Amino acid sequence: MAELLQLVLAGADERDLTKLASYREVGGYVQLARARGLTAQAILDELNASNLRGRGGAFFATGRKAGFIPKDSPQPVYLAVNADESEPGTFKDREIMARVPHRLIEGCLILAHAISSKSVFIYIRGEYLVEFEILRAALDEAREADLLEGVTIVLHRGAGAYICGEETALLESLEGKRGMPRSKPPFPAISGLYAAPTLINNVETIATVPPILELGGAEFARIGTPDSTGTRVFCLSGNVVRGGNYELPMGITIRELIDLGGGVADGRELKAVIPGGSSFPILTADQIDTPLSHDALAEVGTFLGSGVVIAIDDRCCMVQLALRVAQFYMHESCGKCTPCREGTRWMVQILEAVEAGRASQGELDLLLSVCDRILGKCLCPLGDAAAMPVASYVDKFRDEFQAHVDQGGCPLAGESSLEDLFAPVDQHSHDPVARVPA
Amino acid sequence: MSSFASEVRAIAARYPDSQSAVLPALHLAQEQYGWLPPEAFAEVADALELSPAYCRSVASFYDMYHLRPVGRHLVEVCTNICCGLVGAQGVLSAFESELGVRAGETTPDGEVTLRAAECLGGCGWPTIVAVDHRYRQSVRAEDVEAIVAELRGG
Repeated sequence: MAELLQLVLAGADERDLTKLASYREVGGYVQLARARGLTAQAILDELNASNLRGRGGAFFATGRKAGFIPKDSPQPVYLAVNADESEPGTFKDREIMARVPHRLIEGCLILAHAISSKSVFIYIRGEYLVEFEILRAALDEAREADLLEGVTIVLHRGAGAYICGEETALLESLEGKRGMPRSKPPFPAISGLYAAPTLINNVETIATVPPILELGGAEFARIGTPDSTGTRVFCLSGNVVRGGNYELPMGITIRELIDLGGGVADGRELKAVIPGGSSFPILTADQIDTPLSHDALAEVGTFLGSGVVIAIDDRCCMVQLALRVAQFYMHESCGKCTPCREGTRWMVQILEAVEAGRASQGELDLLLSVCDRILGKCLCPLGDAAAMPVASYVDKFRDEFQAHVDQGGCPLAGESSLEDLFAPVDQHSHDPVARVPA
Repeated sequence: MSSFASEVRAIAARYPDSQSAVLPALHLAQEQYGWLPPEAFAEVADALELSPAYCRSVASFYDMYHLRPVGRHLVEVCTNICCGLVGAQGVLSAFESELGVRAGETTPDGEVTLRAAECLGGCGWPTIVAVDHRYRQSVRAEDVEAIVAELRGG
């Protein structure tokens, strides 16, 4: 069986690392002191050697992104930490902030030094109140211990909007606006927060920086696979015995992760697996020997995303799954781009009709057409995040969708695990401008 | 200057631009009023030299701001897919029958508002129920009676 390898969560199983003294006992802030003796370029060189890639979902090379920040900028340079974890299936950043807050703060201070920034903003999801309190206490301790050395770190609470995990929406929100994504370019590295150069990184990415300096970039790159180096805090959930976060070298297979979690629960058969998070294409049960690495998942048409594996057993109706996923993105669409705002509403209406057995053959085709008309046609990836998974469910489980149309209803007839799942209804739940034609 | 305004201005001083303090100021106002009545937008706007309409337009974008009164306690049940796969529906309907309200409603005595929530970020330990923003993990339908009793008693 695969074995845990903890770099980001190292030491947290043995002791309470939320306190500065205990974090120091496991070598905490030693790498910060070392980094401050290095040039900015030397730190970027280590990050490049490590081949660390963003853990928020986009998998962009961290060292390269930091390298885009202009040197000798006449404007202030900002580091924005994306702690707005909201992708369904993802709960690793919450655990990192709750258990190793100082490792995140140390990583922030190292990265701030690497881009010559004096100003860090941590944008933390509003719902994460407990984690906010833990982080605030850790930050107070770090400040009192004079670890900040002139850098300010501001903790900024969001207020419930998935879209604010998108980097430019996060910046808008941080500027006190509705969290609607910006058009790119310009990229945040050139014109970000308050139109100044801004580096935006995910919590896990930043918490991986201190261990990289400790190990050395080259040594870190030996962990995992050549394209996906190091460890990931994988988020396992769904129909498994022991869901939770498992920090492991990248490249372990989906099957190994599910086995670590005690296997499929209740003696059921595995039907499908969602890797990456709810935004990404689904895999069937016969694909679970795929390694959890960027390249291996790309080969089977999906993504590593935020390191998620959601196991789905044979009780789940795929139309209900598609409907609930579409409802989520409809709720979270900011409304700026028409294909996403209207398309997600059409998807929901069509999927409701399919599930109720009211859909015609043409509507199944229309569903795929709507997905296609969203993909790549919006400013940010939220529309894609709705279209990609739903299209993949139809593609992989076409027979099941077809059966709903042919039988005039759900083949699982009230026995599905997602039966009657209720999506929140609020001010975001308005009808589309134009309804799906009957 | 009111103590609210001075607190908001102290928060605003942390940012290069005081408009960044809109979200924290709205959180603060909501803590005081329990929700965001028109007076709250007026106070936030005054403190940050913005218009109340602007502050309301920001608030309406975010799920956590209450534009209508809510109960003294807020119970939010995650009903996204990971919790749904293992029975969030049962947890939500147990709250509905225990409290005698539907999701989205407040009990007639103004004590508890029940809401369904999108993914709360605790998928490994379903079902997640946030009680006054503090998470309860691995909640089952049979745990609901005790949670409601706790809220009614506290």
